[in-house]
Amino acid sequence: MARKILFITTDQQRYDTLGCNGGTLASTPVVDQLARTGVRFERAHPQSVVCMPSRSTMLTGQYPSTHGVWMNGVPLPVAAPSVASVLNQVGYRTALIGKAHFQPFLDPFLRFEENAMSQGSASPLLGLYRGFEHMESAAHGPVGPFHYSRWLLENHPEVIGGFYSVLNSSFDVNSEGDGDTGAPQVHVNPVPKELYHTDWVADRTISWLNTLGNDEDWFCWMSFPDPHHPWDPPQSEVGRINWKDVPLPNGYIESQSQREAILDDKPRHWRAWYDGTLISNYEAPSSWVPATLTADQVREVNARNAVECELIDEAIGRVITSLIEKGCYDDVDVIFTTDHGELQGDFGLLFKGPYHVDGLMRLPLIWRPAPSAGIRPSTVTKPVGLLDLAPTFCQIAGVSPQSWMEGKALPISDEDATNRDFSCVLTEWDSELFGVNVHLRTIMADQWVCTTYQPGTSHDGSEGELYDIVQDPLQHHNRWGDPSLTSIRDGLVDRIWESLPRHPGKRRILQAPV
Amino acid sequence: MQKRASIRYEVFIKADIETIWEMIGDPLAISRWFVGIASATLEGTTRVIVLGSGLSLPETIVTIDPVAHRFQYRIIAPIVKEHLSTIDVIEVDEERSLVIYSVDAEPANFGLIIGGAAGAALENLREILEDKNTKGEV
Repeated sequence: MARKILFITTDQQRYDTLGCNGGTLASTPVVDQLARTGVRFERAHPQSVVCMPSRSTMLTGQYPSTHGVWMNGVPLPVAAPSVASVLNQVGYRTALIGKAHFQPFLDPFLRFEENAMSQGSASPLLGLYRGFEHMESAAHGPVGPFHYSRWLLENHPEVIGGFYSVLNSSFDVNSEGDGDTGAPQVHVNPVPKELYHTDWVADRTISWLNTLGNDEDWFCWMSFPDPHHPWDPPQSEVGRINWKDVPLPNGYIESQSQREAILDDKPRHWRAWYDGTLISNYEAPSSWVPATLTADQVREVNARNAVECELIDEAIGRVITSLIEKGCYDDVDVIFTTDHGELQGDFGLLFKGPYHVDGLMRLPLIWRPAPSAGIRPSTVTKPVGLLDLAPTFCQIAGVSPQSWMEGKALPISDEDATNRDFSCVLTEWDSELFGVNVHLRTIMADQWVCTTYQPGTSHDGSEGELYDIVQDPLQHHNRWGDPSLTSIRDGLVDRIWESLPRHPGKRRILQAPV
Repeated sequence: MQKRASIRYEVFIKADIETIWEMIGDPLAISRWFVGIASATLEGTTRVIVLGSGLSLPETIVTIDPVAHRFQYRIIAPIVKEHLSTIDVIEVDEERSLVIYSVDAEPANFGLIIGGAAGAALENLREILEDKNTKGEV
């Protein structure tokens, strides 16, 4: 018998939303306990800051430029490599419960397997889907081709109307909000807590785990859709945190003139989006102008987000309790992370896009190895990436990492990280939407975060960003043009191009907005 | 965000122009090559397609031109402010043709959804026809 793996992901959760990472707004005792007894990573970065490419990286262990999901809306081929397949082939029972998003959601044709599957049972039509023998899907609301949506429709149709409409009638990300402050995507949702998708994901996970014997090995990806917007947690829970008491986040710059000066110091698409003159990607409401964001709206968004983080933490607690009661928890490795972050008020911005700063790139990552593995608790400060997850799962299962994986099994300490050359982590961005294209490549190494831009709609290829995250943790001062740092900057850019895989060839077509 | 999308996909297919036109020019043949369209019915110039999700979309056939090898249709559902799709088949040589599928639509995101499906449909059409060629069925 090998170690079992509970892989927990959330969607769009910032590093600083967890107590163990210094967060003070949400109470997250369950994940904090995982951190105390496991390995806590202080510099885990995604290889893309949007869902589909990042999730494809988790599954394949590859960079977006290798797996080919270069932006949201580009499907990951069903035949793409999958760590779940590797584990399934060596006898692991496999399940994915919650948000998958390897294929586009906006699929009225129901032509993608992932979506078509939701119309039937939880057993994939062809036996396995990307190596998963069991799949139950959910996303951010009650609408769409997901098992959760179907379950609500069949069992609790009366609550469907209470959720926020993520998209408006133009299929655009909705900019409306009906909270106290009018913040976009904030909504009062009367849905009972036990019918909300966070509890549903945990319930379905417990249900599947209870079908397994303790002598079976398993890999279960439990994937919560929250705290990604909309921020519409059950109304009964909203009172946990009064938004009026919420302090403004460190990254929010209250002075408009100071905020705009900082934005002006970055490549021009930052300020253009803030002013509402450039929409480069689908992930934020196109009709919403960030410059209109108020301090109170930031408070309210952060309060709602924190409530969603608390609900996730409690749901994880229920799953862990069920494993303890089942008598197998000591043989389970628990890994907690997310696909990317959320700006959440930083620089006066919300949501996500081609902005490679900590709000989007610095992720929570906790690995509580099975106690039977004898790995001591530690904190890893060296940079790691989500592409290191797949080889980690292989290592836990006693399988050699596959040749197509581009990461390395996660280190268990800084010493281990140093010995195995965890010295940098890379993030890519490519988007081409309605004639606007943006291309970024970023490296985080030592105390530097360095982004180089390729030619696009707003950039001629000479632009970049360079931040000293020790001296300037909020990334306010772009030192790309600082003559004293030219050699450091150029060295980092060289490292980017030396490190990233090159895959010339035809780019896969964009098949939906998301 | 622009209101209107104009999206174009094209594919070279190893098949003669008339073989391809047999598929493209027949309004009821669409469910044979457009992945995600379960069925289609035709009454006069109104075609109703049923999607894999069960959603029905009424369309007006605008052009069926066997000389220019051009097929055009409009989706006329309430969610669509305006839409026109155009499929052109162009002869490259006796054994090879170029098929171009253009989608113009408002709202723009609707155009992207239809356009993305059209791009995948063209790839499927190529696979169907070239597979037939390989097997000598044409």
